[in-house]
Parts: sequence; structure tokens; C-alpha cells
Amino acid sequence: MSERLLSTREEYGQTLVRLGERSRDIVVLDSDLSSSTFTHLFAERFPDRFFNMGISEQDMIGTAAGMALAGKIPFVSSFAIFVTGRCWEQIRNAVALPGCNVNIVATHGGVTVGKDGAMHQALEDIAVMRAIPTMTVLVPGDAVETRQAVEAAAWYDGPTYIRLTRENLPLLYKDPVPFRIGVGRTVLDGDDVTIFAIGLMLHKALEAAELLARDAISTRVVDMATVKPIDEHLVVRCVGETGCVVTAEEHNVIGGLGDAVGEVMLRRCPAPMERVAVRDTFGRSGHPADLLRYFELTPEAIADASRRAIARKAARAPLEGE
Amino acid sequence: MTRGPAHEVAPQELAEIARGLRVLLLRTIHHARSGHTGSAMSCIDILTCLYFREMHHTPYNAEWPQRDRMVLSKGHASAALYVALHQAGYVTRAELRQMRQLESILQGNPDSRRCPGVEASTGSLGQGLSIGHGMALALRGGVDGGEEPRVYVVLGDGELQEGQIWEAAMSAGHRGTANLCAIIDANGLQLDGAVRDIKNVEPLAAKLEAFGWRALDVSGHDFAALCGALDAARGERERPTAIIARTVMGKGVSFMENAIGWHSRAPDAHQLAEALAELDKAKQPAGERAGTR
Repeated sequence: MSERLLSTREEYGQTLVRLGERSRDIVVLDSDLSSSTFTHLFAERFPDRFFNMGISEQDMIGTAAGMALAGKIPFVSSFAIFVTGRCWEQIRNAVALPGCNVNIVATHGGVTVGKDGAMHQALEDIAVMRAIPTMTVLVPGDAVETRQAVEAAAWYDGPTYIRLTRENLPLLYKDPVPFRIGVGRTVLDGDDVTIFAIGLMLHKALEAAELLARDAISTRVVDMATVKPIDEHLVVRCVGETGCVVTAEEHNVIGGLGDAVGEVMLRRCPAPMERVAVRDTFGRSGHPADLLRYFELTPEAIADASRRAIARKAARAPLEGE
Repeated sequence: MTRGPAHEVAPQELAEIARGLRVLLLRTIHHARSGHTGSAMSCIDILTCLYFREMHHTPYNAEWPQRDRMVLSKGHASAALYVALHQAGYVTRAELRQMRQLESILQGNPDSRRCPGVEASTGSLGQGLSIGHGMALALRGGVDGGEEPRVYVVLGDGELQEGQIWEAAMSAGHRGTANLCAIIDANGLQLDGAVRDIKNVEPLAAKLEAFGWRALDVSGHDFAALCGALDAARGERERPTAIIARTVMGKGVSFMENAIGWHSRAPDAHQLAEALAELDKAKQPAGERAGTR
């Protein structure tokens, strides 16, 4: 694993430029945050295909829907809190219901937004986007995966939501691994517990695996970059092979990755499960690293959750028929 | 390059088309036992001008890229759109009779995935102007070397209380999107009462002009005036145009006119018969119509 930190936002902007070179149908809309979302890279290269809609997120979503209905492939960017919160109904009714090919790429998801505090820290965005029928929800864990997710979304026919963090991240994979919407990828193999993680928390999960290895615990870490549609087969297989599960996400405990994985387990393979997430509370101002500690989104918290899951697995009575 | 109107149709001829659409509208809503009768009646004349004079469109090839588009932002008036689409050739009589039923292409609010000729899914008020503006921007300068399509957005006056409308108005004014034309079906009524009592949206022309639009205030039931405004809008090169069409909710049937109770009510058999008799009386003699062409 390379420890060099790369900006997923900058990778997003560069990917947009490459997509713009490949297709004249690619258009990009932003709402006065282009220097922060890095859509400004596209704006500089293709000024005629960039639309700064001003501080008007609802209008931005509707405009993108109209462009998609006229054959364009719009990418729409803002911070996660605004583009999912303020325009949820526009996304549902103007984008998803008519099946518009609008790609919403939000930056600044989670508490690591940092000092701007609770008002700007989206902890519910995955939940509200996941609840919309036909919406695809992607949360890449590094710069390469960001590029892959953005490219996949561009050519995927239907609405997508991609959540990026403000923090720069190391690379997850040494060598390029193919990316497909709806398919999870095993970053680290192991037998005692599976940690399903997304975004920044994938890196915390890998650190947790190192902590657990000291206790001779073999940990599997799975990159669930597609939160919806969730990779059901992979969840069932991992539960079968490791017997217990931990989920880790920089999101509220309600409605995010934990629920997406838990819904599959409840239906198909009940097993001990622990969730590492924000515990149904709002964020606050602070340094990103301090905030991750404050909200217990740390390798230590994931390792503790893993030990609890393993202990429950050991204590568990076999289910009927097992 | 801009096209002229698709068809030269005399105002008297348009009036007769609109009268026929009102008959069909009332029958359709009566059959469905639900629908927004008053709201649909008030915008029938506007839709008649658009679909049978102004807009270049090809019902036999609904996806023709160079077509002009109409977005019915006041989606609850869907029945008016559906009868116009029927008259134009997009929707069959059998499909009209299925309006608002399970599996129907004619949903309670227009659904662009299901119904040919419906350009956008609308009905959540306040969103159509952004959608229409997005289309106009995407089509600006023409498609595949063809002439520049125009986009029409039909809005209610009540829905102008939505903030997103003014975001979109500011966007289109700022960008000078001249192939965009908003037509406000200003019937002065909304579900709970008069627009001026609930939250006054006037003065509309002054507001829209301040947002960078050309604003034209006309009678929404005067075909010559409506066509003149559409001509003026087509000639505009620098700004989007808003046509403030002063209309009457329930127009065409005296007991429905300006009666707020008819906003979202379907006529029963007796009311339907009474309304159709009145519309029949309004029919112009064929000879007189021919003479005026």
C-alpha cells in the first residue's frame, strides 16, 4: 500500500477533463463550489460545457435533468450536505423518476470536513440517496477508485450518486483492479471476521487488521464502494467464510453501509454483526483527526468491534438446521 | 437560425380546436372520475396555440432531436396535455380512457418515461422552469447542425411561490437563454384560494423584467394575442421571454369559471351533460369559420 496521499477530489476533476475529451455530451454543473469540488479543471478546459449555476442547488439539479432529457451526460457537484439535503425531492422527482442519466458527485462527505462543523458535515447523505428507487450509490476509497467510479457512472444509464471526502487518501491497491458497479472487492483476505468498509474508513479498517493480527486474528477487509446495489453474493459468501461481520463508515449509523449489509444478512445469513459509524448524532468543528477520534471512527474502534463480533460468534448457539 | 411557426392557423380555427379539446377533456376526466378540471381548462388555449400552430414536432417520430419541447410545469393539469397529445396523434382514444388507471401511460401527473410526447415528468410544482432551461441550454445553437429548437414551459401562477422558480428565472435571465419561453397560466387561483390573498406573486412583468426577461402580458384566451406574443418571443435574440397569460380557471363552462371548487374536481354525469351542452352552443358555424381563414 502506497502511503502517498492523493486527493480524490482532484482526481475527480481530472477524470472529468478526460471524459470531456472523449465525449462532447459530457457537461458539468456546479453551484459556486467549483474550486473546492475541482470541477474548475473541467471549466478551464471546456468553458462552453461548464455551467456555474450560482448558489442554487435546486435549480442546478433541475437544469441537469433537462440537459439529460435533451441527450447530455451531466455531472453535478456540490458538497454532500447541500446536494443531497436541499435537493432530495428534485433528485427524486426530476432526476430519478424519469430515469435521467444525471451523475451527482458530492465532495465533503462525513465528519472529516473538519472545522466548518456540523452544518457542513453530511452524515445522512448515503441513507437519503439509497432510499430513492433506481439510484446507484458509490463511495470510492482512493483516487484510483474515484476515477474508476466516475468513469463507470458516466457510461451507466441512470442516476448515480458518488460521495467523496475532503481528506486526501493513500492508494488501496498496489496494482490496478477492475471496477464494476455492484461488485465489492476484497482488499485484504482473512478468515476470522469480515470488515465491510467504504471511503476513508477502508484505510482505518486496514489499520485495524494490523492491530488484530497482533492477537493472531485473521481479518478480511472488503471494499464496498457500491453501497447500492449492494453486492449480496459477496456479503453471503463472506458471512459463510468468516462467520461474523463489522461495517465501518463515516456516516450516521442509520441508513448507510451498515444497514445495506445488515439487510442482506437479516434476510439471507443472520450472523453476529457490529457497526462502526456515527451514533445518531450531529458532527462538530475540529481537526479531522480529532473528530475521527471523538466519534470513535478509528482503527482501535474497528478492532474492538471485530473482537466483539468474534466473541459473539464463539458464544452463539447454532441456528436450527445448522 | 430560428424557425417560424410550424403551421399558419387562423385564430378562429385555433378556437375551434380548443373547444373540441375542452369537450374531450371533460369526457376524459369524467370517465377517470378524477382530475384537475379547472386548472386544465384554463391552459387549454395556451396548449392549443403551442401544439397546433407554434411547435415543430412530429408525432410519428416523437424523439426527433430537432423538435420543439413543451414542459408542463403545472403537471396537475395533465389532462389538458393528454387531450392535446391525443389530438396531435401521440395518444390514442383508448389510452385516454385509461387515464389515471394502473398500467396507463397517462399517469396522474405526466411521466416522460411512459408517454410519448411528454418531455418531462412534472407535477412537483416549481421544478419545470429549471428542467426547461436545462433543455434550452442543451439545445442552444441547434442539434446536429439543424435549426435551434425552442423550449416552452407552461407554469401556474400559484407555483411561482416556489423559490426554485426564481432561481431558474435568475439563471435564464443571466445566461440570456433566448430559446426559452415561459408561459404563465395566470388564472389567479390556487388550491386554498386566490393567489393574491395567499401569497401575492404580482407584479409579474416587473419582477421578470428585473430578472432579465422580456415580459408580455396578454389575455390567455385571445388566440390572436397569444400568437402575437409567441411570435414576439421567437423574434427575441438576447433574452428569454415570459408570456403572462391572463386566464380564467375552468374557462369555457360558466359554472366552472373562477370557481375554486373545480380546481381538482371531476364532473358527474349531470354536470358533464350541462357543460357539453354549453360547449356545443359555443360551436362556430362551419361556413363562418371557413370565411375567416
